[in-house]
Amino acid sequence: MTTESAGVGSVGVTRFWTATADLEDDREAAVGLFRTMAFARRFEETTQSLFLRGAIYGSTHLGAGQEAVSIGVCSVLQPQDRVAATYRGHTTCLGLGISPVGLLAEMMGKGNGISAGRSGSMNIISLEHGLIGCFGIVGGSIAAATGVAFALKYQGKDGVAVAFFGDGAANQGYFQECLNFASIQALPVVLICENNQYMEFTATGAVTAGGILPRVRALGIPAEEVDGQDVWAVREAAAQAVARARAGKGPQFIEAQTYRYSDHARGDPINYRPDGEMDAWKARDPLLIARSRLMSMYGLAEAEVNALVESANAQVASVRAEATAAGFPVPGDFGSEFRETAVASDA
Amino acid sequence: MPEIEFRQAIRDAIGEEMSRDDSVVLIGEDVGAAGGVFQVTRGLHEQFGSRRVVDTPISELALAGTAFGAAISGLRPIIEIMFGDFMTLAMDSLVNQSAKYWFLSNEQSSVPLVVRSAVGPGGRFGPIHSQIHASWFMSVPGIKIVAPSTPADAKGLLTSAIRDDNPVLFLEHKRLYALKGDVETQVVPIGVAATARTGTDITIVTAMKSVHDALAAAETLAEAGIDAEVIDLRTLRPFDLTTVLDSVSKTKRIVVVEEGPRTGGWAAEVLASVVEHRVGSLQVAWRLAMPDIPLPYSPPLEDAFLPDAERIATSVLQRLGAESPRARATT
Repeated sequence: MTTESAGVGSVGVTRFWTATADLEDDREAAVGLFRTMAFARRFEETTQSLFLRGAIYGSTHLGAGQEAVSIGVCSVLQPQDRVAATYRGHTTCLGLGISPVGLLAEMMGKGNGISAGRSGSMNIISLEHGLIGCFGIVGGSIAAATGVAFALKYQGKDGVAVAFFGDGAANQGYFQECLNFASIQALPVVLICENNQYMEFTATGAVTAGGILPRVRALGIPAEEVDGQDVWAVREAAAQAVARARAGKGPQFIEAQTYRYSDHARGDPINYRPDGEMDAWKARDPLLIARSRLMSMYGLAEAEVNALVESANAQVASVRAEATAAGFPVPGDFGSEFRETAVASDA
Repeated sequence: MPEIEFRQAIRDAIGEEMSRDDSVVLIGEDVGAAGGVFQVTRGLHEQFGSRRVVDTPISELALAGTAFGAAISGLRPIIEIMFGDFMTLAMDSLVNQSAKYWFLSNEQSSVPLVVRSAVGPGGRFGPIHSQIHASWFMSVPGIKIVAPSTPADAKGLLTSAIRDDNPVLFLEHKRLYALKGDVETQVVPIGVAATARTGTDITIVTAMKSVHDALAAAETLAEAGIDAEVIDLRTLRPFDLTTVLDSVSKTKRIVVVEEGPRTGGWAAEVLASVVEHRVGSLQVAWRLAMPDIPLPYSPPLEDAFLPDAERIATSVLQRLGAESPRARATT
């Protein structure tokens, strides 16, 4: 197992890179996965708390309930791989080892945010961590990853590009256009559909004809469904998909079934879910499943698992304190709309 | 010095930059084996192969999105969105991804890509194959818009656009493709206008096909004793305000000619900027553009919309209170 510590800020999370999908003999990696998910859960609770207190502005899109998908996928990637995430991307950022202080500070509009307060929650970019961006337009991540995969293949590099997107993106033009192009070009792109059952306030099934996977298979792209609540299952499927893409077998598609605990965003009336649905999904909470795995497969005692959660919570508290204490950027230097280019005058 | 067609100047710029830099790729609908609907890219596929000259499905959004992703990963894609009118389909990626990435990422990476399109009225293509999309992008920070009028500028400016680290829209006026001219081996910088004709009485600011119309109009005006200066903007965004202001300081009069609807066009932006800087010394300032109605197809109807040489001359004569030479001849 190789690890890398986070960049910005004094409080970091660790990104896990493991050689195989098989965690059976790698207790440390299994513990790390659980801890990253626990960290992400508390991070989103903190985001919500700060938002309700008026310290995070505009809108937020929380990933609580969906941790196993993004963290599971990120855990099988290699340093040369690239990720395009969505506006619901905080958990993906943490899964890639991006500084939680830089992330939270960016949401709070602070000067030490990842983009110095320019982007906010929906558009986080950290190239040094392989994150080409969180994309604020539904489906935008698919196109970005398709282009990155085109470049990786063109350059003969070993990397793959991963696109995260929601179920709602399956009804976007980006989806059909890019999957078709990626398929005919055999691009090394891994498409992760986080199906959290709702596209904004509307049940996906009510507005999606024929299901998502048949569309993908019709384009000649291998596609499989996975239990998005089980980080082990996600890892296994992702590792195989990434390996196939890396081996030149073209785009690979995973539809991970999961559930969004929060409302879509600020202003969501939350009146559209059937009674009992949330409780049924929470009975299969990704942290609960991972917790029981740690105890049954790796022999951790309950107290040890609780200690992991407590340490993650304490770490998030430090992140919150550090981001809260940071200063706002000073208006004045907004930079240039263009990158300065020195064009040689010879032909 | 070789005299070549406008379309060949574009082809030469692409070919030379692809030879010079392996990161340059050409991607678009029919650009490869078919050589492009206007035969601009003919021969490049044979020269560079399908790895570097890529035919795509009719998927403008995927094209623009692929170009964005490739451009932040070390490539310099040139994409062809066949007609400027089709830019509506590519707009999300260009406006929300490519144009903003340099800023949003806090300058981690810029997006070096070029989007080539055939534009402009007068070809009997009707209302949705004749538009000039520049005006739609004028209020998008982070985008450059290049609009050449001669083969030399087409080559020199496209070379600059390909080497530029930012997204550049490159406009190819359909009615200029067959225009022949001398092409020097000179790179033409983006953002610098050219004075196509010097004069003292009025400044005519325009671009692309209209530069030639303005030059013809200037000859008519000269017969009426009006000495017109013609400025070829060459870049519409960011445009060369300094050259325009210097000219207006001399002439005190300006007309901006745009082959597009009057409301909200790039000509309006040029005029607004001139007025902001020279309001006290301006005697007259106006636009000559097209009606705020979709462009009709039928030749006599389309012709009635175009700000051609005669309309430019007539408009200037009317505004400057002179009698047209033609009117004088018939009385």
